[in-house]
Amino acid sequence: MTGKKIHSAKKRRFINNTIVHTVLAVLAVIWVFPIVWVILTSFRAEKGSYVSTFLPQSYTLDNYIRLFTDTSILNFPQMFMNTLFIAICSCILSTFYVLAASYCLSRLRFKLRKPYMNMAMILGLFPGFMSMIAVYFILKAIGLTEGNLIKLALIMVYSGGAALGFQIAKGFFDTIPLAVDEAALIDGCTRWQIFTKITLPLSKPIVVYTVLTSFMGPWLDFIFAKVICRANSDQYTIAIGLWRMLEKEYIDSWYTCFAAGAVLISIPIAALFLYMQRYYVDGLSGAVKG
Amino acid sequence: MGIMKKKINEFPTPYTCRNAISKGGMETKLSMVLMGVGNIVHGQIVKGLIFLAAEVAYIAFMIAAGVSCIAMLPSLGSVEQEEVWNEALQIYEYTKGDQSILILLYGIASLLITFLMACTWVCSLRSAYKAECLAKEGRHVNSFVEDLKTLLHENLQRLLMTPPMIFIVAFTILPLIFMICMAFTNYSKIDSHLVLFDWVGLENFKTLFDSSSILGSTFWSVLGWTLVWAFFATFSNYIFGMIISLMINRKETRAKGFWRFCFVLSCAVPMFVSLLIMRTMLQPEGAINVLLRNLGLIASDASLPFFTDPTWARVTVIMINIWVGVPYTLLQLTGVLQNIPAELYEAAKVDGANAVQIFFKITLPYMLYVTTPYLISTFTGNVNNFNVIYLLSGGDPVTDMGATAGKTDLLVTWLYKLTVDKQYYNIGAVIGILTFIILAIGALFTYRRSKSYKEEGGF
Repeated sequence: MTGKKIHSAKKRRFINNTIVHTVLAVLAVIWVFPIVWVILTSFRAEKGSYVSTFLPQSYTLDNYIRLFTDTSILNFPQMFMNTLFIAICSCILSTFYVLAASYCLSRLRFKLRKPYMNMAMILGLFPGFMSMIAVYFILKAIGLTEGNLIKLALIMVYSGGAALGFQIAKGFFDTIPLAVDEAALIDGCTRWQIFTKITLPLSKPIVVYTVLTSFMGPWLDFIFAKVICRANSDQYTIAIGLWRMLEKEYIDSWYTCFAAGAVLISIPIAALFLYMQRYYVDGLSGAVKG
Repeated sequence: MGIMKKKINEFPTPYTCRNAISKGGMETKLSMVLMGVGNIVHGQIVKGLIFLAAEVAYIAFMIAAGVSCIAMLPSLGSVEQEEVWNEALQIYEYTKGDQSILILLYGIASLLITFLMACTWVCSLRSAYKAECLAKEGRHVNSFVEDLKTLLHENLQRLLMTPPMIFIVAFTILPLIFMICMAFTNYSKIDSHLVLFDWVGLENFKTLFDSSSILGSTFWSVLGWTLVWAFFATFSNYIFGMIISLMINRKETRAKGFWRFCFVLSCAVPMFVSLLIMRTMLQPEGAINVLLRNLGLIASDASLPFFTDPTWARVTVIMINIWVGVPYTLLQLTGVLQNIPAELYEAAKVDGANAVQIFFKITLPYMLYVTTPYLISTFTGNVNNFNVIYLLSGGDPVTDMGATAGKTDLLVTWLYKLTVDKQYYNIGAVIGILTFIILAIGALFTYRRSKSYKEEGGF
């Protein structure tokens, strides 16, 4: 009798496991499928945007080669360099802003602390690009919407609001025991020394996380870049470039190149993302104890 | 109730502005007019000079530009640009007219500078009074170098917070005030008020709330869809993400890392790339329809109307949003799920609870408790979810030709269309404000009541 019971429990568990694994497999296929499709399309030899077969009939590397050699209409290498430059500069600025603001809000007690946090919350509720047009007017008024100055404008826009996104880094700093700071204070450290010599080295994960997120911002943003660059095609970033490849006048000849560009962009971003994934989880759940 | 707590001054100081005015000595009182005098008298020469320089600079600015900018604010300019026939050169010349948009921008910037000046004035007064008090009591008055050194220690926040604040004021607050002001003007292509415009008060709000006008009826339908979208987008992701997360985290599931990798891979691809890919795949001639045709599920010349039929389009964007959003949810929920105390499960098992009971009595309440702030911010994020809608459907399909919004347009994408494409800046600004109000009502209440806000800074 008991043997039968154990047997049926085993059987039920087996069935459960099979169901779960099958469902997971189906879902995983759905999730991976578009990515595989893009990779295949980027190697597709047939031209044109929409073809009548799902899988490519023949494969080629021409799409990648064309992306880097055909610079007459859409200059992919230049867009890449633009984005890289903007990303590096705005990354340095916004990392400093985010870490400085988070440290102050987490460790120092000053009068404007609560008002600042409330302000950040309220500003966060406005649609992000509601002020986009106004930002454009301001940049135009100080003459930053022409030529190479557009890059400066984009850097300022990307790092401008950075200090409002202090929550994750602040949450991390909060988990570092106050006793560490107090010990340093007794030893005669200034607050600045505590920040640079104790807090930052202890918070390597969140520093890496902040650096990477702010570095990735300009690669992913599309709206601000489009509004600020307007028709200055020599200042375009990757995102606008890829988007343009899908516009009506380009889509037929550039479609497979779009896929190639998408793959090229996704590789570094994916690598960065997978690398910082653990920080992402840690930072949010505040699971790291100093 | 309970939202407005009685204000308690956490940072009491005797050196307040009021004390300075009532109890301060001659030199302090003089600082009210000539900033920095008090500091100079008590030996803080550099500091005093800086205050003085700030005052001089401000006055110079006001005389040169500020006063006229602020004076123009109420009228926003009235001189129209005109064509004048130049007899000598035989050409038309344009006279320089007023540009309301610049007047508004410079006016607001001047007001902001004035406000900052007022803050500086208060600071200088306090500083003068402090120097006076310290000198009277025979205590040490900080020299400029010592003042600078405090920036690294007691006043570190000033050093660290000032640069970010300057950027926030310039690129977030100033534009926002500017945009809010636009909501009360007639700055739009309607009746061609693109160069000169006036204040119109609440006129734009009236237009938008009036459901008999085209804009008004569009507004209500877009608002309705925005709320429906935000609700479904948030909870479909949450529930779906939780189910997948539970399935992966089951004790008996094999190859947990592999499954997680499959899902996370899709959020490693830049979002705009995956959304653009999705859009092309779902076109009438796109990969999905081709696949369905090849498999024989639909006729060889038919295609599913993913973005051309209103209902299909709405369902499609929600489904795609699940595809885009679930990996993120998965990442966040996994950590939380693993943090649920194991004792709870053991106790439940001892008491003979089955899997369903455990889920509804332990897992779900715990998750809801921990993730409520996350849910709120996701909801807010979805109301403002520009990317998914704009890159996927672009707000299409537009069924009503007169309307400026399509069937899947959210308030934000409609705002974008109105400002960038149609140049109805005032209506766009009104929509922005209304979006903010909707979000603020919900979020402020919940945030303020949430445990994390109350206990913040408890240590």
